[in-house]
Amino acid sequence: MIELDDVKKAFNQGRPNEFWAIRGVSLRVDANRITVLKGPSGSGKTTLLSMIGCLSRPTSGRILLRSRILSGLPERFLTEIRRKTFGFIFQQFNLVKGLTVLENVMLPAYPLGLDHQPLKEAALKLLGQFNMESKADSKVEWLSGGEAQRTAICRALINDPEILIADEPTANLDTRLSREFMAIIRDLKQQGKTVIVTSHDPVVFEYAGIDTVVEMRDGNLAEA
Amino acid sequence: MKKLILRQKYLIDFTLSSLKRRLAKNLGLLLVYTLIVFLLASVMLFTHSLRREAGIILESSPEIILQRLVAGRHDLMPAEYLDRIGRIRGVTRKAGRLWGYFYDPAVQANYTLMVPRDRDLGQQEVVIGAGIARTRGVDVGDFLTFRSSDGRAFSFRVVDILEADAELVNADLLLVSEGTYRDFFGIPADRFTDIVLQVRNPSEVRKVAEKLTVLLPDARPILREEILRTYDSIFSWRQGIVFVLLGGSILAFVIFAWDKASGLSAEEKREIGILKAIGWETSDVIRMKFWEGSIVSLTAFLLGFILAYLHVFYGQAALFEPVLKGWAVIYPSFNPTPFVDGLQVATLFFFTVFPYTVATIIPIWQASITDPDAVMR
Amino acid sequence: MRLSDRLFIFIAACLALLVLAFVDAAVRVRLAEPALEARATLVRQLELTDLSLFTEARYTRHLSQSDIHTAFQDHPNSFDHFPSGSLVLPPSHLRVP
Repeated sequence: MIELDDVKKAFNQGRPNEFWAIRGVSLRVDANRITVLKGPSGSGKTTLLSMIGCLSRPTSGRILLRSRILSGLPERFLTEIRRKTFGFIFQQFNLVKGLTVLENVMLPAYPLGLDHQPLKEAALKLLGQFNMESKADSKVEWLSGGEAQRTAICRALINDPEILIADEPTANLDTRLSREFMAIIRDLKQQGKTVIVTSHDPVVFEYAGIDTVVEMRDGNLAEA
Repeated sequence: MKKLILRQKYLIDFTLSSLKRRLAKNLGLLLVYTLIVFLLASVMLFTHSLRREAGIILESSPEIILQRLVAGRHDLMPAEYLDRIGRIRGVTRKAGRLWGYFYDPAVQANYTLMVPRDRDLGQQEVVIGAGIARTRGVDVGDFLTFRSSDGRAFSFRVVDILEADAELVNADLLLVSEGTYRDFFGIPADRFTDIVLQVRNPSEVRKVAEKLTVLLPDARPILREEILRTYDSIFSWRQGIVFVLLGGSILAFVIFAWDKASGLSAEEKREIGILKAIGWETSDVIRMKFWEGSIVSLTAFLLGFILAYLHVFYGQAALFEPVLKGWAVIYPSFNPTPFVDGLQVATLFFFTVFPYTVATIIPIWQASITDPDAVMR
Repeated sequence: MRLSDRLFIFIAACLALLVLAFVDAAVRVRLAEPALEARATLVRQLELTDLSLFTEARYTRHLSQSDIHTAFQDHPNSFDHFPSGSLVLPPSHLRVP
């Protein structure tokens, strides 16, 4: 589904503090699989993930989504692909403070200009699936860690993306909540989603339900 | 099309939600903003309406007034000047006017004494303006006593009070008969204050004025068009201390608003990153900020203008009274006639809404073109 | 109710008030015509030349009749004693150098 072909990424290119975060990665991510990018911090897994999720572009190399080259597309198209294809769960959850749970979940759909009532119902239904409907009108800063995470998952799913991207999703959770999260991921895979997760948490990469573990070190794939 | 509108509505939803987060701060901003629009609009509405009204009612002033100047000072006009003017083509009527000022120590007010041409008043009769009636607390039938220039006490019976509706022009008027006037001030029978000339054809007024200056070198003609021009330029609302004072507060507000609108806090930057990461386009972010600027400034404009309208045209412009009144004891009580100039309102709209909106958009432009992966770092 | 709907109602109400203000102005100007006419008549009858807005000094009471040459009275650069003098400019024929 996603192919990376000798992807490299440099930060501060051409300046004295130039730094190559990714030094040539070739990788295939198959549809309807759970793929974990594993490695110590600074190994480049988050950078790689952000390029897969169209949040940034590689310095060189190609990224293909369903055989379509993404790396050369202009910003507008990238945003559109990102909106339609990917759902994001961030390490800090990155919920927008001051807004309610419901508003946060609906946020990725705002630029689509859908009718309000169906969108609200869809968001409430999603929240219902995660036992969050009672919290729909509370502000996100009052949520517990687990609730915040389930809100973040609902937000990632509101536009019904094919691919779910999660960056260190369990970093702020205890073991019980981390296991709960992995169970949710497994359910989503059964619903047909493709999931890509970065983590250095054993709860994640030792979880039984995952399909592929890719280990990274210093911007390269570590040979298994 | 429908999609576009729905989309803007979502953006407005988001903007309002984020404004609501810092409710006290944003309400404070709105309040100050509204206050400034209110003051600007009040000055504008008040001065414009006075200017229009002055233009309309002073259209009935005499065409030409002839003053005599002696050593650069306004002096009494000898009656023989009326004969020296003789017959000038176009002048249909000429007459001497008698008027002057009287300082009333009882209330420390200045009155304008005048001899009316259309009323026959008895020796001890006086007609007063509503402003005097209010200040002295007198009514028809009451008596007023003044000390004349040579120290005699004159007692007048108030026989009439000029229409309160016309206080804008008659507040401090005190009408007496010609005999009383001359006696009171000790002005000889062959002297007038000045001369009025009536000219039927407006195109001849300038010609007449030229002839008068040749004929009477020590006289100065004042034309009606000059009076009108004076009043037209006098309420030039951009001028004056009100605007100097306002200037300071406007500047303070501009700094405050600029800081508020243009400075993006780290939190806001992060938020923009989140929005972009979850699929908002740069243009969505900019539009959202555009709505924020427009909503705040439009609300301030609408509230400020409506309040200013009520203040000026229903509240007698009460806030300006101290400035207009100054040291004067007699101040006309009047509700300005609501002449509203659409162009002025549009100008005010433009200068209050536009800059603020731009100030909110500019910094967002810089922030929103940064890469969305910032949130992942 | 959505915040945006509330805002629209609020803005619509304000706009309605704005329109109402303009309508009110138009109506009141029309209603004021007789009063304006009465004032104009008074001005004609008494041969008045000025508004009795500022009665504190003769150059503010009778703006259009003030002396041209008297020193420090109407000079465009003279400092004003009176607050009204700061709201009102010297007549234009005095400001021309």
